[in-house]
Amino acid sequence: MSIHLVLFLFFGAVAVAGAINLLAQSHPINSALSLIAVMAALAGEFLLLGAEFVAAIQVIVYAGAIMVLFVFVIMLLNAGVEERTKGSRVAIMFGIPGMLMGSVLVAWAVLHSYGQDEVVAGALEGAPRDIATLLFREFLLPFEVTSILILIAIMGAVVLASKPQAVQKRKEH
Amino acid sequence: MGTHALPIWLFIVVSAIKSAILLFVLLTAVAYTVWLERKVVGHMQNRWGPTRVGPFGLLQPAADGLKFLFKEDLTPPHVYKPLYIAAPMIAVIFALTSIAVIPFGNSVVIGRYTIPLQITDVNVGLLLILGITSIGVYGVALAGWSSNNKYSLLGGLRASAQMVSYEISLGLSLVGVLIMSGSFSLRHIVEAQQGHFWGFIPRWNIFQGQVVGFFVYLIAAYAETNRIPFDLPEAETELVAGYHTEYSAMKFAMFFMAEYANMITVACLASLLFLGGWNGPIPAWLPYPLHVILPVVYFVAKVFVFLFIYIWVRGTLPRFRYDQLMAFGWKFLLPVAICNLIATAVAVTW
Amino acid sequence: MVPLSYYLVLSAILFACGVTGFLIKRNVITIFMSIELMLNGVNLSFVAFAAKWHALSGQVFVFFVMVVAAAEAAVGLAIIIAIYRARETLNVDQMNLLKL
Repeated sequence: MSIHLVLFLFFGAVAVAGAINLLAQSHPINSALSLIAVMAALAGEFLLLGAEFVAAIQVIVYAGAIMVLFVFVIMLLNAGVEERTKGSRVAIMFGIPGMLMGSVLVAWAVLHSYGQDEVVAGALEGAPRDIATLLFREFLLPFEVTSILILIAIMGAVVLASKPQAVQKRKEH
Repeated sequence: MGTHALPIWLFIVVSAIKSAILLFVLLTAVAYTVWLERKVVGHMQNRWGPTRVGPFGLLQPAADGLKFLFKEDLTPPHVYKPLYIAAPMIAVIFALTSIAVIPFGNSVVIGRYTIPLQITDVNVGLLLILGITSIGVYGVALAGWSSNNKYSLLGGLRASAQMVSYEISLGLSLVGVLIMSGSFSLRHIVEAQQGHFWGFIPRWNIFQGQVVGFFVYLIAAYAETNRIPFDLPEAETELVAGYHTEYSAMKFAMFFMAEYANMITVACLASLLFLGGWNGPIPAWLPYPLHVILPVVYFVAKVFVFLFIYIWVRGTLPRFRYDQLMAFGWKFLLPVAICNLIATAVAVTW
Repeated sequence: MVPLSYYLVLSAILFACGVTGFLIKRNVITIFMSIELMLNGVNLSFVAFAAKWHALSGQVFVFFVMVVAAAEAAVGLAIIIAIYRARETLNVDQMNLLKL
């Protein structure tokens, strides 16, 4: 076994364990932490594939910013342990076998069609310079569109999270 | 002088030695930054600071360390235990990790091998540091949440909001430097700052038009490390001690160490990115060992200056109000950082 | 060297976990996190294919996914806060009315 495969299996095991823990935990903050573990493990996988820049961005943006927002909201709303309802029991009954079947099916299909096609690690240097060239030349239009999307999202978030005026007026009276 | 690559076993041994030395130096520096802070703030307030333990109170850090070790480690009954224990560890681990990519001097040539004075030179070193510091937020946030105490919770909430807000300005202020040097590797960034203008002004980034970026970085970094005037997560007068209200003994010491280790990282980064790192005047007639040692001395001196400024600011400025802090970060610092970025980009393209 | 199919299988497992979480969880924040998990699984296969076909555009697409995820997190969490204000619950089973 090459060291590469060992590292792949290690990070993969961490990621899968984190994903399953996300499902198993009943408190949202534990789920959030296991999701952070998944993201860190995936950053490791990206490094193995030679995508250094993507790995760094994964840690900074996903684990360092988006998940901080999640943890912040969980803390702010003081979210407690999840309640079990009838609907959730039915969902567990059908959902978990469904997931197992789905992943086995996909795994079989992928292994069957791709077989032992190998990825040469680090063959593709994800150098920041090359990515930037691609981003600002070929993908300029999508890039600008996403910037507008972000702007709209910011405004939407501000509007949604600020207290509605009706509530404020009621409190003033 | 040969430039052979190290064989793998030697590489591992050398890396282990470098890590051990650096960790030892960092922890000592953390202890003595605390001493320096107490001493300097003391003198600024017409007091003496620690004087009893050892000459000039120099053994005070050791005494403090012993005290932290032997104090009773209380765990309040109402806390959420796993996270309560994990939070200080997260804080201190990520604070100490970021030192791994910081270069602190030129390379040493021993026999046939060239050994860079740095644990590891990563292509995306700067991004790595940003990532590690952004993960460090969880230590503070989780400590505040798991303590199950309203003051701690407020401290944790403030910390996470503050760090996410100021991280943007911090990142944008660094982009100016990245444009000038064209690399994420800290070693390349320092090497790009060698030389002089007109023979005497050093070619440091701060003298190349990155003054605004430098000050934005410094302010944002103060907020990132939760230092005065941005220490709202702790805010003794209103939140008792914020996120570490419920912590005692070694767990409290871990938060303390994390804070000071973060300060040192920020100081290192500031001197590497803006003040030319280990660049400085080295007369050519000096013997070879001094060519290796002098840059390290220059680097340490620059870091020391930044630490002193940290303490100076602490002795001078009052604490912000929370709305002022947010308004300052979003309405002033961020636009200034963006303007600096645009100006740098335009200037470099020309 | 690692076969490409291993990466794809790992990505599929993560995606399936995300789908399951979306179906079986009752806390709206956890449901939201399951969506992020799915996006992460997809990102992995993007990067794996980029390495396989020597096409950097795979990595560029990961950026777009991240940007969309960030926008989605901002808006979604704001909606969650608004819902919590109106209803004081995070349980999706109790969010069954459009009006207060």
